[in-house]
Amino acid sequence: MKRDEELVLMKGAHVLGEAAIRAGCRYYFGYPITPQNEVPEYMSQRLPEVGGTFLQSESELAAINMVIGASMAGGRVMTSSSSPGISLMQEGLSYIAGQELSVVVSDMIRGGPGLGNVAPSQSDYFQATRGGGHGDYRQIVLAPASIQELADLTYEAFDLADRYRMAVMILGDGMVSQMMEPVRLPVMRDLNDLPKKDWILDGAEGRPSRIVRSLYLDLGVLEEHNWKLVRKYEIVEREEVRYEHFMTDDANMLVVAFGTAARIAKGAVKRARREGLNVGLFRPITLWPFPKDELRELSRRIHNILVFEFNAGQMAEDVQAAVCDQAEVISYARPGGTVPTAQEVARVIAGQYYQREIQ
Amino acid sequence: MKKVFTKTPVLKPVPFHYCPGCGHSIAHRLVAEVIDEMGMRGKAIGIPPAGCAVLAYNYFDIDMGEAPHGRGTAVATGIKRVLPDRLVFSYQGDGDVAAIGTAETFHSANRGECITCIFINNGVYGMTGGQMAPTTMVGQPTTTSPGGRDPKFHGHTLKFTEILAQLPGTAYAVRTAVHKPAAIRKAKAAIRKAFEVQMAGLGFSVVEILSPCPTNWKMTPVQAIKWIDKQVTKEFPIGVFKDLSAEKSHAD
Repeated sequence: MKRDEELVLMKGAHVLGEAAIRAGCRYYFGYPITPQNEVPEYMSQRLPEVGGTFLQSESELAAINMVIGASMAGGRVMTSSSSPGISLMQEGLSYIAGQELSVVVSDMIRGGPGLGNVAPSQSDYFQATRGGGHGDYRQIVLAPASIQELADLTYEAFDLADRYRMAVMILGDGMVSQMMEPVRLPVMRDLNDLPKKDWILDGAEGRPSRIVRSLYLDLGVLEEHNWKLVRKYEIVEREEVRYEHFMTDDANMLVVAFGTAARIAKGAVKRARREGLNVGLFRPITLWPFPKDELRELSRRIHNILVFEFNAGQMAEDVQAAVCDQAEVISYARPGGTVPTAQEVARVIAGQYYQREIQ
Repeated sequence: MKKVFTKTPVLKPVPFHYCPGCGHSIAHRLVAEVIDEMGMRGKAIGIPPAGCAVLAYNYFDIDMGEAPHGRGTAVATGIKRVLPDRLVFSYQGDGDVAAIGTAETFHSANRGECITCIFINNGVYGMTGGQMAPTTMVGQPTTTSPGGRDPKFHGHTLKFTEILAQLPGTAYAVRTAVHKPAAIRKAKAAIRKAFEVQMAGLGFSVVEILSPCPTNWKMTPVQAIKWIDKQVTKEFPIGVFKDLSAEKSHAD
């Protein structure tokens, strides 16, 4: 990925929009919701400058369906929202999976359930990684932990969506969306270099007509369609797993965290190291596909794993499933839009470390 | 010998699955004939509905993309915004347009999206077995209003095309029917007008088509046609509610 030489100070929501545009996104449909209103605001100003289209829809339900239409027509398209709005989009996300459309969605999670609050949260981990809509399907979920990573992952998300013809979700929170950090933005893509698509609906001039659908009424045909999707998902699981190790080489205890929680956990791990505790951090960057093989490998030698997340312990279930009984999985879960400090997390790490008499 | 009638090439050589006496077959043919006559086969993109016409893409020989129930005009909006020079239309039933998709239809019209909504009104949910629709008439029995629609209990019959006509973004709003040859000819002219209004960039167009559903009305095809003639057209008057192209030509 080529980036600008220049380092600029930008807010996460603006970086999300700018990185999308630089990736070739020219269509945005969305509805305002806190804590990511700066995304539609930025797109409304910036997209017309590059010949793109911004449309504020009447609801998130309409937005995701406009995204469906734009993707059918071959556009690089995205929408952005936060938890309650993403709930409304689940209908469309299910259709996108069935119709195999290329779509990018960002979800800046806020505290839930219901109206909840607008504080940083990770309580929609299940919704994002399991698929909140109906049917057997998956979506790629990318969890940036810094503004630079937000820029890079957003840029890449569009290529992933095109390559696999599926929804790619950027999963962050109010911290990622509102925080300002220095960033080197990826360079503007030449739209002529974008992959050509042989499945889009652009009028059947000089070729047989095409159909984009998810309906397969005949017995057995839908099953075959599902198995085709599964085979595609297996390729994604093999090719696209991403994660970060931080001081795991000599660690006797492992902290697993993603996104903003991982950033705080990194601070906590550094504190613990200063106290002489051999602690490392493992950070899944793709939440689906989940880096389960790498975690299983780690658990062969690290038998105490603390999962820290801003929810009631959702990713902990995936960690447990990955390591089986090779390690003890301890959940340090903080739901309701609570963001503990690195000091607090370091205290929990130390407490567990001494309690378990880890050497 | 002079050929006076032939099947339009915009329909695939596939028999319709619709019930005897159903209006969908006629409406499909009219839309397809207009696309052909306008020379738009290579530029047309259609959005079939949920419901009996969900398989419309098996019949139309043009690009077609499925929309979730009610979201036809939102999906059409997305397509048209990417490809503004294409002919983009949704084909939807009364429950699709005026119940589950009320917001999407209303706001697409209000934005003045240059798309066309072909709105089939048969007063019931056909595919699911004849339940009450927003357009079910007062007193009309359905499987979910077995004693007949009672406005005090079930709410009122919704005349959505009249409402859409009031929106500044709507350029053309018309109600037609396919219960007799003269009406069918007018319906075809209305579809053509709607497509022309769209391609002229004047705004949203809606063509409501009163359409028989003998199966769910529990009538013979002939009784269903008479029912439209005697009852349905009284409640849902046929006519043009708005035509900005006419106003424009007067101004010219």
